[in-house]
Amino acid sequence: MDNIITSIQGVPLNHYLLFCSIVFAIGVVGALTRRNVIIIMMSIELMLNSVNLLLVAFSAYSNDPAGQAFVLFVMALAAAEVAVGLAIIVMVYRNTRSIDINALNRLRW
Amino acid sequence: MTWKPEKNNWPKLFKGDKSRQRMSIFYFVAFLSIFFALMTVFTKNPVHSVLYLVITFFTFTVHYILLNAQFLAAVNFIVYMGAIMVLFLFVLMLLNLNKDTEPLKSNLVKFMGVIAGLCFLVTLAGALRLVEVSPPMGDAGATDIGLAKPLGHVLFNEFLLPFEISSILLLTAMVGAVLLAKKEPKKV
Repeated sequence: MDNIITSIQGVPLNHYLLFCSIVFAIGVVGALTRRNVIIIMMSIELMLNSVNLLLVAFSAYSNDPAGQAFVLFVMALAAAEVAVGLAIIVMVYRNTRSIDINALNRLRW
Repeated sequence: MTWKPEKNNWPKLFKGDKSRQRMSIFYFVAFLSIFFALMTVFTKNPVHSVLYLVITFFTFTVHYILLNAQFLAAVNFIVYMGAIMVLFLFVLMLLNLNKDTEPLKSNLVKFMGVIAGLCFLVTLAGALRLVEVSPPMGDAGATDIGLAKPLGHVLFNEFLLPFEISSILLLTAMVGAVLLAKKEPKKV
């Protein structure tokens, strides 16, 4: 374990910030450019995960376990969100026979 | 902030200096994460997309281990890669969507989406340049705050109430999911 621990010491926190921003931006691009609802939800998962990683990085760098407790809550929230979201997708598919995001424009005024 | 200083360090990284050599693990895994995240977003076939997302989450697990957050690494491995991704795959298979049936968005919308994402990234990076991040304490990850026992102490003392509330949240989500996905009874 010591090897791994020393390995991370050289990485500045800024690089974690930049890396997580990149992954978050990829998630944003995915949510904007795809039409498959499931892939949009996967992009949202990507964004949640990048934020999780940043929280863990902050907590590791400042020796504060609160950040990692937050990550646990975010994971529980993500699980709940995925369950409900996928149930909604199944319901929509049953009604419209497609998971195209454009089939969901009936709520649009 | 930029990656440039690291690039200048590459020759040094590979010569001696073992800790620097190990430090490059982070950059390698970060590259893998970004690559597979891009593949997730830009692959046509939804099933391949899910599988790439699984690999992305695996690289995130490696990141957690590198940060010595071992409990979270295990949770990430089990909950995300095990449960959530299987849920995605199940829905994809259940709805029989494992073909490239996705109607394509017009190129204009795609282009604008990518531009918007890049603008977002540039804004974020520009804002982060101004952030004075305190230098790493030198013992980042050296303490065992990421292990199950210290984390459990925090979770069950300071965060006991949110912990219990999150259980209610999960129960609500479960009931809601069952209610939503249940077939409507035939009206007589």
